[in-house]
Amino acid sequence: MKKVKYQEIVMQTKIACLKMAYDLPEDVQAKLEAMRLEEDAILAQEMLDIIIENAKIARLESRPMCQDTGMVICFVKMGQDVQIEGGSIEAAINEGVALGYDEGFLRKSVVNNPIDRINTKNNTPAVVHFEVVEGDDFILEFAAKGFGSENMSQLKMFPPAAGLAGVKEFVKKVVIEAGPNACPPIIVGIGLGGTFEKCALMAKKAAIRSVADVNPNETLAQLEAELLTDINELGIGPQGFGGKTTCLKVNIEMYATHIAGLPVAVNINCHAARHVKVVF
Amino acid sequence: MSKIQINTPLSKDTLQSLKAGDQVLLSGIIYTARDAAHARLIAALDNNETLPFDIKDQVIYYVGPTPTKPGQAFGSAGPTTSYRMDAYTPRLIEEGLVGMIGKGKRSQEVKDAMKGKAIYFAAVGGAAALMGKCVVSAEVIAYDDLGAEAIRKLEVKDLPIIVINDLLGNDLYLSGQAAYLESKGDK
Repeated sequence: MKKVKYQEIVMQTKIACLKMAYDLPEDVQAKLEAMRLEEDAILAQEMLDIIIENAKIARLESRPMCQDTGMVICFVKMGQDVQIEGGSIEAAINEGVALGYDEGFLRKSVVNNPIDRINTKNNTPAVVHFEVVEGDDFILEFAAKGFGSENMSQLKMFPPAAGLAGVKEFVKKVVIEAGPNACPPIIVGIGLGGTFEKCALMAKKAAIRSVADVNPNETLAQLEAELLTDINELGIGPQGFGGKTTCLKVNIEMYATHIAGLPVAVNINCHAARHVKVVF
Repeated sequence: MSKIQINTPLSKDTLQSLKAGDQVLLSGIIYTARDAAHARLIAALDNNETLPFDIKDQVIYYVGPTPTKPGQAFGSAGPTTSYRMDAYTPRLIEEGLVGMIGKGKRSQEVKDAMKGKAIYFAAVGGAAALMGKCVVSAEVIAYDDLGAEAIRKLEVKDLPIIVINDLLGNDLYLSGQAAYLESKGDK
């Protein structure tokens, strides 16, 4: 039986929050640099240069790369043979978020509820999802999600007759409607199948997955590549000023669904795609 | 691409000279305001109260910065999405506002209200560390209780922004994409 201490989760969460704010993940950085070399529109090149320079300043000077330091999401993957000592996982994560956002001079963007809208002043609560697995793995996967891109996300329950063609049209429609609002170049996370809530959750997982990942499912890998080409042919470009670099990566997660349904969720992530994985 | 240096308050000549797609380095005093501050500004106008700053010929930056770290002049300060301010903007243009800095598309009502009167600039969404460094000094001048959403008077130096909507009604979000697609079609 693996034992994990409450305080260890607090500290790792705090460190993850700081790292996310200042340190653009390597996979995103590498993809931005590679696509900068391929971009041929002049203003688009300049925008990508500014974004790359911004990441450098953020890392070297420990300044948040984006002023929207996001709402923290945590996917907890926990083996059945893991025991947590000293308190609940969710409480530990929230304590770590509060510490990190205070110490790091990060913006506290969370309000208590959408009706009263009172700022909780420590960026909690985080949104925590649990997955219980066999064995003794204990993995926390964090994302700090800005709402410029979150607000541009959509979900649609299609009839099966819509088919893949309907899915592709919908994804393009969402990207076009998001346009410059979602801070392109974006990452497009797609959930395909499941039920209403499963579909949204898969889209989120896809949106925070590494942009260097190759989908092990060949059909999905091909669909991701096709959609990436389609989106980058729209010409929206970095910041929406025109160009080919609209999307860094399309990631898809798929699950079984009902004979009557074809749920599709599109969760957009901005180029400040902040994600950190902590393995205990 | 060459960049145009401009200073606030923006004169009529400066406004008229700017065209959609121009890259600009802005210096001088600007004011921050986002959703909550806009709601209060409009409420103040509705109650015939004076605004916390003289808005005539001024520029508003849609930003909710991160807290300032000790030893730094200002926190990170990139643009927030502008459409959320659309409902309030025409009224502020009537009051003399001539410039807005944000990111993303504006409503037709805002575009109509801007014609001949005001310019909409975009800053680079997500490049907040770089833009925060352009802030020389900052001071909260109203609505302190709103925290990140309080109105701040900023002195900026060479803030890199791009003209989206000029006085003639041109829109870079439409023309930039169209020009790019046309250039691809020609090849």
